[in-house]
Amino acid sequence: MTSEPEDTALVDHPLDVLTEAGLTRPPTPLDRVRTVLHRYPALSPAVVLIISMIVFGLLNDRFLSTANLSLVVQQVAVIGALAIGQTLIVLTAGIDLSVGAAMILSTLVAAGVATDHGWPGPLALFAALVIGVATGVINGVLVTRLNLPPFIVTLGTLNVFTAVALLYSDAATTRGVDMPDLLTWTGNSFDVAGAQITYGVVLMILLYVAVAFALSQTSWGRHVYAVGDDAESARLSGIHVTRVILSVYVTAGALFAAAGWILMGRVNAASPNAGVDANLDSITAVVIGGTSLFGGRGALWGSLIGALIVGVFRNGLSLAGLDVLYQTLAVGVLVIIAVSVDQWIRKVRA
Amino acid sequence: MSTPILEARGLVKTFGHVVGLAGVDLELHAGEVLAIIGDNGAGKSTLIKCLSGAYTPDAGQILIEGQPVEFDRPDDARRAGIETVYQTLAVSPALDIASNLFLGREQRLPGVRGSVLRMLDKKGMRDRARQQVEDLGITTLQSMTQAVENLSGGQRQAVAVARAAAFGSKVVILDEPSAALGVRESAQVLQLVRDLRDQGMPVILISHDMPQVFEVADRIQVQRLGRRAAVITPKTHTPQEAVAIMTGAMVVA
Repeated sequence: MTSEPEDTALVDHPLDVLTEAGLTRPPTPLDRVRTVLHRYPALSPAVVLIISMIVFGLLNDRFLSTANLSLVVQQVAVIGALAIGQTLIVLTAGIDLSVGAAMILSTLVAAGVATDHGWPGPLALFAALVIGVATGVINGVLVTRLNLPPFIVTLGTLNVFTAVALLYSDAATTRGVDMPDLLTWTGNSFDVAGAQITYGVVLMILLYVAVAFALSQTSWGRHVYAVGDDAESARLSGIHVTRVILSVYVTAGALFAAAGWILMGRVNAASPNAGVDANLDSITAVVIGGTSLFGGRGALWGSLIGALIVGVFRNGLSLAGLDVLYQTLAVGVLVIIAVSVDQWIRKVRA
Repeated sequence: MSTPILEARGLVKTFGHVVGLAGVDLELHAGEVLAIIGDNGAGKSTLIKCLSGAYTPDAGQILIEGQPVEFDRPDDARRAGIETVYQTLAVSPALDIASNLFLGREQRLPGVRGSVLRMLDKKGMRDRARQQVEDLGITTLQSMTQAVENLSGGQRQAVAVARAAAFGSKVVILDEPSAALGVRESAQVLQLVRDLRDQGMPVILISHDMPQVFEVADRIQVQRLGRRAAVITPKTHTPQEAVAIMTGAMVVA
């Protein structure tokens, strides 16, 4: 073997290059695991979900009952829907701290125009969508035109949206019975083999299917990944980076309004106090779902799995009779583990 | 002599008080490798950025096949057939080779799936990517579905060059292609440059690496202090003389 200087540099290269160059130590099983996880980011959360379901099932017979599992899914629907928009934003290497506030603002406006001004259900729902899109436009313009970090922008708009929502609603809750039926329609359910499925859950799954399709099958989706992966490279490749980022925030805003519709059905009200934890919970779901906070890496379905993991932990631990604080503790530990795994996986990078 | 494929006349570019280009000419002919050398601040990068549309020159003209063109953005230059391989390569590490080749100009499926659902023609792009890589005689890239981050530096360079040479481009500009590469990988890049020229693709090569320049270039344009100091060839001048022109120790009429 020659002593060319690049031989040492090759040590850091991933396995297949080393194998091709005939320079490798045999890949350890751990290396193989890492390479597979690197390629399929949703795999590790899926494994965690299945294992945790088995464990909680063994701890308590009721956990795996159809009734309980459908309850978990219903509890997860709002965060799961929010996590779609959050995933899009995180894929561009951004973050949105204002998702819950944007969602609540849209629900309060829908309830407000319906009860105070007598707008019919579809129009009120449309108003919520407009508000959701508007919040996305505000965040997106601030991030792309003023070049402010998304963390700071959305920290600011979190407060702005929350304050506007409280001012608009006088901090009052509108009960479901006072609103048009359409606004709480997502809380209605139908029966599938003993499981209660709400229309909100169906809506969430449809949104996942639509956005997952756009991400994996269209150039827009590919550009979202490219922009998050390396924005400068994407720009030099002819991608309109600011346009892609703006489109992501606007799409996410529309998705947050949809999450708001699911929320109104779930709590049968439009309340400024609902979903206060939603901002951080949506980030938790995305992170546990294997999407990298550094952008450009992750799978949308992972975020649904991430939301389900949080739901399963909360439900399973409470069925096991543990204090609610232990649920919070467990979720916190999960987040840190998920980010550590992400860091470890990313070391595959040459 | 025939009309140059790419020509620049009297390009001027200033940045406040700093003069990047003080009236630079350049001619690139079909099937040749033109190297541009010069000390730091001699205007190499500024010249290239004007040609690739990243900068708009304050004065002067750029002509492609004798026709004047104006570039406001890199996209304009690309559409006119000038492709640039940047020092950073501008590849997306997490995407695979085929996706990188088609990044920013993805092809959609025919029919309703493409026009209404806007679905990508993934298989078609993979096949065309493979064809492109084969046509260029690149043997270092195996599977088009490999993520670029799993490739070596030389392979990444090959991806960037394959992308630049595809899609009906007329000129390929390589900016310091071997700056970050080892000895063997630099040799691969040199071979790529030769392969491009052998297929009639004119190449502009910006490099600090004097042996590399003298090995592969047909003509060498020496930049000094924002001007074209000389155009020499490896046959008429030695690397030592080129360095002397670069530093101003020698003046060529």
